Amino acid sequence: MCRDRVVPARSPLLLVALITALIPFSSANGAAVVAGDPWLDDLFTEFVEGRGTAPVDALQALANSEREDKRALLEGILDGTLMLHKESTQIVRVEKQDRRYDMFNIVDGTALGEDRSRAFKRLKLDNRLRATLRSLIASLGLRSTDTGERRVAIEALLDKPDTVDAPTLDALIEAESSPELATLLLRVKALQQLGSINPSTRLQAVTILQADLSPDTRRALSRLADADDAPEVREAAQQASAEQARKITLYGYAETLFFGLSLGSILVLAAIGLAISFGVMGVINMAHGELIMLGAYCSWGMQQLLPDSLALALILSLPVAFLFTGAIGIAIERSVIRFLYGRPLETLLATFGISLILQQLVRTVISPQNVPVSNPEFMSGVVQIDGVLELTLNRLWVLGFCLAVFAMLLILLRHTRFGLEVRSVSQNRDMARAMGIRSSRIDSLTFGLGAGVAGLAGVALSQLTNVGPNLGQAYIVDSFMVVVFGGVGNLWGTLVGGMTLGVVNKLLEPWAGAILAKIVVLVFLIMFIQKRPRGLFPQRGRAAEGH
Amino acid sequence: MSARTHTSARLPGLALLGAVATGVLAAQNPALAQEGEPIKVGILHSLSGTMAISETTLKDTMLMLIDQQNERGGLLGRPLEAVVVDPASDWPLFAEKARGLIENDGVAATFGCWTSVSRKSVLPVFEELDSLLFYPVQYEGEESSKNVFYTGAAPNQQAIPAVDYLRDEIGVERWILAGTDYVYPRTTNKILEAYLKDSGVADEDIMINYTPFGHADWQSIVSEIKSFGEAGKKTAVVSTVNGDANVPFYKELGNQGVSAEDIPVIAFSVGEEELSGFDTAPLVGHLAAWNYFMSVDAETNDEFIDQWLDHTGDDNRVTNDPMEAHYIGFNMWVKAVEKAGTTDPAAVQAAIIGVTVPNLSGGYSAMMPNHHITKPVLIGEIQDDGQFEIVWETAGLVAGDAWSDFLDSSRDLMADWQPPLSCGNYNVVTGECSGQNL
Repeated sequence: MCRDRVVPARSPLLLVALITALIPFSSANGAAVVAGDPWLDDLFTEFVEGRGTAPVDALQALANSEREDKRALLEGILDGTLMLHKESTQIVRVEKQDRRYDMFNIVDGTALGEDRSRAFKRLKLDNRLRATLRSLIASLGLRSTDTGERRVAIEALLDKPDTVDAPTLDALIEAESSPELATLLLRVKALQQLGSINPSTRLQAVTILQADLSPDTRRALSRLADADDAPEVREAAQQASAEQARKITLYGYAETLFFGLSLGSILVLAAIGLAISFGVMGVINMAHGELIMLGAYCSWGMQQLLPDSLALALILSLPVAFLFTGAIGIAIERSVIRFLYGRPLETLLATFGISLILQQLVRTVISPQNVPVSNPEFMSGVVQIDGVLELTLNRLWVLGFCLAVFAMLLILLRHTRFGLEVRSVSQNRDMARAMGIRSSRIDSLTFGLGAGVAGLAGVALSQLTNVGPNLGQAYIVDSFMVVVFGGVGNLWGTLVGGMTLGVVNKLLEPWAGAILAKIVVLVFLIMFIQKRPRGLFPQRGRAAEGH
Repeated sequence: MSARTHTSARLPGLALLGAVATGVLAAQNPALAQEGEPIKVGILHSLSGTMAISETTLKDTMLMLIDQQNERGGLLGRPLEAVVVDPASDWPLFAEKARGLIENDGVAATFGCWTSVSRKSVLPVFEELDSLLFYPVQYEGEESSKNVFYTGAAPNQQAIPAVDYLRDEIGVERWILAGTDYVYPRTTNKILEAYLKDSGVADEDIMINYTPFGHADWQSIVSEIKSFGEAGKKTAVVSTVNGDANVPFYKELGNQGVSAEDIPVIAFSVGEEELSGFDTAPLVGHLAAWNYFMSVDAETNDEFIDQWLDHTGDDNRVTNDPMEAHYIGFNMWVKAVEKAGTTDPAAVQAAIIGVTVPNLSGGYSAMMPNHHITKPVLIGEIQDDGQFEIVWETAGLVAGDAWSDFLDSSRDLMADWQPPLSCGNYNVVTGECSGQNL
C-alpha cells in the first residue's frame, strides 16, 4: 500500500528554515528529535527517549524556563496535540482531519503539510507523567488572570499544599480578588501550618480546617488528635475529628438513600406501565420488558438522527417513544389480548411469545449487539455537596423524571375524563357500559397507555444502562415484583413499593454484596406476600373483591 | 474348475463389499476422503447476549484467517470451510452447539469460547467426542485438557505480572479485586489473594467484590472503591469484570470522578473491542494487561491490521489480544496438520507440540507440552481514542503455567501431554496422574 509523502510548503524560506532546524543533527549532542530550536530539540529528545526520571525532569525544566510558550507546550503534550512525525522525527502540532492530520511547527506555527494518521506517533504519557503535567500546568495557572484557571490551580494546591512556599502563598492571598478563592487559599495555608512549631498556629489551622471534609485533611487532623505535643491542639483536633466523622457518617447515609431512591426510581418507572395493564386491567403482559427495550431504542434512533444535538434528541425521544410503544401496545391488545380476556394463563403465554418475537425482530433488523447511547451535556457530571456528597446528574434527572411521570399519571387517572372512564371500566365493566362508555376502546387505550409509559421508562434507562435486545429481560421480573409488592391496581403502591425495594437493596449491598442483596430482597418479598397477599396498598371495596 | 467359478461369482460381490466399506470408512474419517472435499472448521462464539460485545469480532477474525488460508491453496490441498454457530451467551447452549459441530458437521477443529464457564461447559463434549478446541482468551488456569489448546494467557502470563507492575512500579499497597461472579474471576482472585498475602499484604488491605453478568448499577460499588482508597495508601482495582457490565462500570467511575491517577483500574477482560464505540476520555490512564495491543509497533502487526481493515471494509474496526490468539492458534493448527499430513485429532495433538509460529508483536510463539503457548506480557494505558499506550513489558516470553504455584491444590501439579507422561494433572510429589481435570 503506497504511503503518501509529506508535501512540504512551497516557500523556499521554509525549506531553508527546515534545513537550519536540522543542523543540530550534525552538532555534537546529536539530538535525534527535532522540535524547532536547539534547546527544545534537546528537551524533547530527553522527553521522548529518556529513561527513569528523565521525562519528568524535562517537563520540570520546561516549566521552570522563561519561555513564553511553555504553558501552551505543556498543555499540548498533555492533550495529545503535540505528536512525533515518524519519518522526519519532528515534533509537530497536529490538527486532526479524520484519517489525515495537518502539521504545524511548534515554535512559529508555520504549516508543514499533512500526512496520514498512522504516520504520527503519540508522545508517550503514563499516569505519572500526566499527574506531573497537570500539577505543572496548575501551578503556572496560579498567577493567571482567568478565575477558572486559578480555581483549577488552587484545587490542585489543596491536594499538594507544599508545592508553593509560605511567602509565595501569602503573596497569592494578598493578590487574590475572588473571596471564594481567597478562602481556599487560606485553607492551603492552614494545611501548611499544621506542621508549624508554634502550637497556637497549629490550633488556628485546626479551626480553619474543620470545615474541610477532604480525606487528606481528615487524616491530618486525626493524626494531630493522636500525636500532637500540645494538649490544647490535641483536644481541638479530637473535637474537629469527631465532628467531621459525624458529618461523614451522615453524608454516608444520605448517599445510600440517594442510591436507593435512584434504583427505586428505575424500578418504579419500569413497573408503572405494568401497574396500569396488570393492575387496572388484570392482563399479564410478559412483553412489558420488550416495550421498555423499544423505548430505549427510540432514544438511540433519535440520537442517530440528530447526532449534533444530543439534548434535543433526548427530549424529542420522549414523545416519540411514548407514541411508538403506545401504538405497539394498542396493536398487541387489538390483535392478541382482546381475545384472551379472563384467561390469564393464555395471556401470559401469548405475550411471552410476543416478547420473543420483538427481541428477535430487533436482533435481525438492527443488530444482536448493544447500541451506544450517549448522555447529553446537561446530564453528565455530578452535584457536589460540601465536597463529600456526590450526586450524579443523570440519576438525579431520572429520579425527577420518575416523579414527574408518576404525578402526570395520577392526574390523568384522577382528574381527567379518560381517567374516569378507565377506573370505571376496571371497577365495574357492565355498569360502565351501561353508562355509555365504550369499554373495548378504553381497554385498547389503557393498554396503550401502559405500553407508552414503558417506552418512557426505556428512554430513561437508555441513559443509565446498556441498550441491547436483552434489556427487557433484565427488568421484567423486577417490574412484576414491584407491582405485586405495592398492591395490584394502585399507583401509590407502585411508587412506595418500588422505592422501598430500591432502598432496601442498596442498604444491604455494602454488607452482603450485589448478588446476595438481591436474593435477600426476593426472600423478604416472598415472606411479605405470604402475610399480605394483596401487597402494601390493596384495592378495597366490593368491586375489587370481585376480581 | 468349480473353484474358479466360485471365485468369479464372488468377485463382484467382494468388490461391492470393498467399495461400501471404503465408503463407510471415508464417511467416518475425513482424511481418507476424496481430494477437494472441504475441511470444516467450527467457530463457536456468542453472537448475541451479554458476551456478544467481545466475541462477535472473533468470529469475523476466524472467517478472515480461513479466507486467507484458502487463498494460499487451502490445507492439504483441500479448501477450508467455516461452520459458524451462535451459542448466544448461554452456557449450556455452548455444549449443545459444540456437539452439533462435531457430530453433525464433522469439524476437524473448533475455535471458540470466551468465558471460562462456556469452556467448562463444552469440555466434556470435546473430551467425549475426541475433537480439538482452540481457546483464545485469558483464563484462570487450573486446567489442562488433551483436547484443548490454550492460546490465551494463563494467570502467570497476565494476572501475576499485572500485580507485580502495580506493586513495584506504581507502589500500590491496597487492593480491590472486583470481578463477575463465575469461575474465572473467582479462581483468579483466589490466586491473586494468595499471591498478595504471600508477599506480605495484610487482610484489611484487600477487598474482594463480585457482581452478576450484565450488572448495571455500580453506584454503591464505586462509592466503596472510593472510600477504600481514602486510607492514605495507594490503592488500585484489579478488575475481572466481563462483558457489557464493563460499560456502566467505567461510566460510573467517570461520573464519580475516580481518575486513573488516584485509583487506577487494571482490567483483564477489557480490550480495544470493548472500548470501541465508547467515549474513553474519562478513562484515560486506566490500565489493561494483555499479551498484545493494537498499538504494538511491529511490521507483522501493521500488515495484520491492514488486512483486517480491508477484510471488514470498515476503517474503524480494531484488533485485540484474543484475535492475536486465534491468529497464533489457527496458524499452529495449520502447521501441525501439514506436519502430520492429516486432520485426525490424535495425529495433530502429537504434531503440534513444539510448533512455532510468528506472533503479532514481532516475535514467535511456541506450543508447549502443557498445551499452553509462550507469550510476552504487556501493560497498557487507555488513551482517549480507545487505543492503549504500552507502559511496560516483560523482557522476554513467558511460558503459560496451567497449574498455579500459589494455590495449595495446584502447587504440586504439572501438565505434560507428551509421552511418557501424557497427563494433564500430574502430581510431581506423589508421582500420580489423577486422570481428570479438577
